[in-house]
Parts: sequence; structure tokens; C-alpha cells
Amino acid sequence: MTAPLLEIERVAIRRGRTTVVSDLTVSLGAGLTAICGPNGSGKSSLLAALAGLLPYGGAVRLEGRPFHPADLAYMPQAAALAADLTAFEVVLLGRLDRLRWRVGEDDLAAAVAALDDLGIADLAERPVRALSGGQQQLVLLAQKLVKRPRVLLLDEPTSALDLQRQLAVLEWLSAYAASAGALVVAVLHDLSLAARYATRLLLLRDGRLHADGAPEAILDPATIDAVYGVEAEILRIRTGQPVVAPLRASAAGRPT
Amino acid sequence: MSSAALRGGGGRRSPYRRSLRLRLLIVSGMGAALAALMLVDLMTGPSTLSVADVIAILLGLSDDATAAAIVWSIRLPMTLMAALVGVSLGVAGLQMQTILGNPLASPFTLGFSAAAGFGAAVAIMFGGLLPVPGWVAAPAAAFAMTSVACLMVYAIAHLRGGRPEVLILGGIAVMFLFQALQSFLQFLASPEVLQQIVFWLFGSLMKASWAGVVVVAAALAAALPWLARDSWRLTALGLGDAHARSLGIDVAVLRRRVFVLTALLTAAAVAFVGTIGFIGLVAPHAARGLVGEDQRFLLPLSALAGGGLLLSASIASKVVAQGAVLPVGIVTALVGVPILCVLVMRRRPGGSP
Repeated sequence: MTAPLLEIERVAIRRGRTTVVSDLTVSLGAGLTAICGPNGSGKSSLLAALAGLLPYGGAVRLEGRPFHPADLAYMPQAAALAADLTAFEVVLLGRLDRLRWRVGEDDLAAAVAALDDLGIADLAERPVRALSGGQQQLVLLAQKLVKRPRVLLLDEPTSALDLQRQLAVLEWLSAYAASAGALVVAVLHDLSLAARYATRLLLLRDGRLHADGAPEAILDPATIDAVYGVEAEILRIRTGQPVVAPLRASAAGRPT
Repeated sequence: MSSAALRGGGGRRSPYRRSLRLRLLIVSGMGAALAALMLVDLMTGPSTLSVADVIAILLGLSDDATAAAIVWSIRLPMTLMAALVGVSLGVAGLQMQTILGNPLASPFTLGFSAAAGFGAAVAIMFGGLLPVPGWVAAPAAAFAMTSVACLMVYAIAHLRGGRPEVLILGGIAVMFLFQALQSFLQFLASPEVLQQIVFWLFGSLMKASWAGVVVVAAALAAALPWLARDSWRLTALGLGDAHARSLGIDVAVLRRRVFVLTALLTAAAVAFVGTIGFIGLVAPHAARGLVGEDQRFLLPLSALAGGGLLLSASIASKVVAQGAVLPVGIVTALVGVPILCVLVMRRRPGGSP
């Protein structure tokens, strides 16, 4: 693991009277980090707070300096796009703070490159409202990539994608993190996919960090039962990564 | 996906460049159409003038003093008022739809017309008690009441975080309040005063004056630079609040700023000509269908389309009712309904731009 890029220190987030994340301390280096956990465990709130959209207690630093939202790109959970804009225009909006009346050549080139990276160059001139949910998700992801951010925060970036595109996107993201020295934090629901591509896995439960480390080190039946209330077997595939095979919800269930 | 062959060159940026040129052409075309409609509007009336007459009079080259007087003191204020009010309503309708995230919104969605009507009714009933002439009192009171309505909606929205649902609920509450107050005044009014109030409520260009032209033009001059400056942010707001926020936009602040500018435009327009419906609803729809939601083009086209629609309605009202000018608000509503139906029917998912 490389030198820490993002340091999160004693972060606490409240929504109304409910504390959704409490006393979370973790340092993240460059690479693809996955955040997993059951519904309501604070995953999305944590990402939104890091993106500067939710107030929080504690401190967040990027390379030792106070963290500024300009350093990052944040993709919220999928919401349908109904605007009368083409995919190209939606991607271009990712450079919002640089756009002037006349759009610069470098901004156009960046948008073309981002669409290319995700293999959706053929969608560029299509109106987004006519695209499928998965295609819209890829367009929004391209919109986040167009800034080439140091920190990329993605809330369930693959939730609407087919199997092939889930793999392609996660593969591309981990390659981007490695080549650009960037930190990609993705909330994922599929533990096996997280284990396949992430170098680091954070497991949240009830707003607390339950386990943190390399996926192969922390994914075991006892942890999965404790976090999700699910009996599961851990299988090993050819590449050496663990695959989580769920058997049943455990008899006792888990406290909510 | 075979993008490799196309990578590198400017090849795929050119469809975007092409669509920019096309949209610029559409906006310029609409600008030319607006100028032509203004000319036609100046020509029509009880005494028909030719294009040459009108141009000669405007350039001060005509010796026909009567025709010059008709154009300069009667027709030109009405024509300019129609264009300016149409532009204001086109812009206000577009931005109301943008900040409320609802294509059915219009400048009057949030109760501004009810407030203006109440203000005018107060001025008509009690204006005699003030040392100001009626043609000043009614627009001033309508403008003031619209501003009060705007402040009330703003305060309600500000307390609750400025979400679109809260704005709409606040607007509905304000609308009912002013409608009730106005009904109360109408209940108290004598038949003669009641008739004056009802006549004011019809949107009509007959109320146009040079003073009104100056005020509406000033409101536009004040609002447009701010809206143009926000054009990329307003485009992004079209993606929905969550996506706009994720791009670093302070959605609540943007929404409040645009709301105030929209209220200013609506108040100025409604104060001098009364409530003219459908322009603010139809013009943004038509413009969006032609150039999409990029506000660099949508804002000017919506403005020009609003001006063009109101001028067309003005011309139609003069042609249909020879001699007696039909209140233009009636024409816009009658013509606006079928246009709106056509626009809604033609709207397929992904049918535009």
C-alpha cells in the first residue's frame, strides 16, 4: 500500500437526529477501494460527506492539506436523466468550472476521450433521455472522468450495468487508479466483484468501520455473518481472489 | 465498440461543432423573424400602412404627419411592449421550468398573476385617494404586490431549504391568498369599478405606454446578464438536483437567485399589460424542441420565441377584430392551447434536439 492520499479522521455524520456514521478513521492510498455493507450502514452518506455535500464532524485531508471538493469528482446513486441534452453535452458538463461561452478545444477533447475510455463513443450524439439506464450510468461515469480527478467517489457505479460492462468498468477504474496515482472509492453491493478488483475493502455496519484491509484478508464467513447476517461460503477462484457464495440469511437474523 | 479508428483527429468533435452552427442559425433566424413581425405589427391597425411607409416614418423621412403620429405615439409603444413582454415571459417561463424541474411551470405558476391582479384592483378602487394618476398607480401597485408575493414564496422556500416542491406549495398558498383578497375587493366594488378591474385582468397591449416600455426593458437589462452568466449552471440543473450538486453547484443558492430574477421579469411584464397566459409555457417548450437544453442557445431562443408569439397574437387580434382590438391575452390563450397540444403530442422520448 502506498503513502496515504486521503486521511479520514474521526469523521461523524448526522442526518437530522440520527447518527449515520460515527467515529470513522481510515487512511486511503492510491488504488481502487471498495466500500461494502448492508443498506443503511452509512456508505452513501460517507461518500456524500467526502464530496462536501453533507456536513460532518472530524477532519478529512488530501495529502496532508485540508480537503477541497475541487480535487474530486463524485457520482451519486443512479437517478434517471430526463434532460434534452446529448450524451456528449452531459459529459462536457463534467468540466463545469472551466466552461465559458465558447467551449475550449481541450474541453471537447477531454469529453471525447472520456467517452472513448468507457467504450461509448457511439452514444455521443444521442439524447440522454433516450438511453437505457445502463447507458446513462456510463455517460455519467464519463462525466466524472472528464476532470481526470485525483479522487473519484462513486456511489454504486455499476448498479445498472450488464455483467460484461460491470467487469469492463471496474477493470478500467482500477487501471486508471494505478496509472494516474488516483484514489477511486466505489460503493459496491457485490462482494465478489469488490474482491476481484479492489485492492482495499472497507466493510461498514451501523455507521462504523467493521473491517478494513485487502479483500482476501478480511472476507471470511464470520465477518460476513456479523456484517450482513448471512451464512456464506468463501470460494477461491483461479486468480486467487475470494468469491462469496451466500447460503441463507442466518437464523438469528441480525439486529437492525 | 470501434472507436479506435476515430480516435485522435478532430473527427468526432465535428458533429458537436456542426450542431453548434445549426443552433446558432436557428437563433439568428428567430431573431430575424422577430424583427419582421415587429414591422408587420407596426403596419397593421385601423389604417393599414405599407412597409415603405413604416420604414420611412421610423427613419424620420416621411412627411405624413398623421401617420407618423400614429406610429410613434400609438403603435410603436404597443409593438415594443409586445416584443419586450413576450421576451420577458419567454425567459421567465423557461427559468421557472428550469428551477422547478417541471416542464408545466410558467411565470404564473407561483401566484404572481393573482398578486398583480390584486395590486391593480387595490389601485383601481383606492387610487383616487392618492395624488398619482391612474396609469401610474395600477402598474406600480401590481408590481409591488407581485414583489410581495415573490418575497413570501422566497421566505417560505428559504425556511425549508428551497426544494422545488416547497416552492410550488408556497406559490399555491400565495396564489390562493391573493385570489381570496381580490375576490373580496371585487365583492365590495361598485359595478363601474368592478368592470374596470375585470378589464385590467384581461391581458391587453392597449395599456402600453413609453414609460412601461422603459420599465420592462430595464427589468430585462437587469436580469439577462445574470441569467447568461449562469447558463452552464442552469444547463446542469436540468440534469436534476443530485447530479447538479455532484458537479459542485450550490443548487439552493442558484435556485433562489434565478427565482428572484424570474419574479422581477414577471412583475414588470404583468404590471403593464396584465396576465398574458401561455407565452411563458409554450415558448420554452418550442425552443427546447429546436435547440435542446444548452442554455447558451435555449435562453435566447426562448426569449425570441416568446416575443415572436406575442407579436403574432397582437397582429392576429388586430386582423380578426377590425377596428375593435381584442385583448391579446384572449388570443394567446386560444392559440396557445392547440400549439401546446401539438408540442406535447410530438414529444417522443429522445425526439429532440
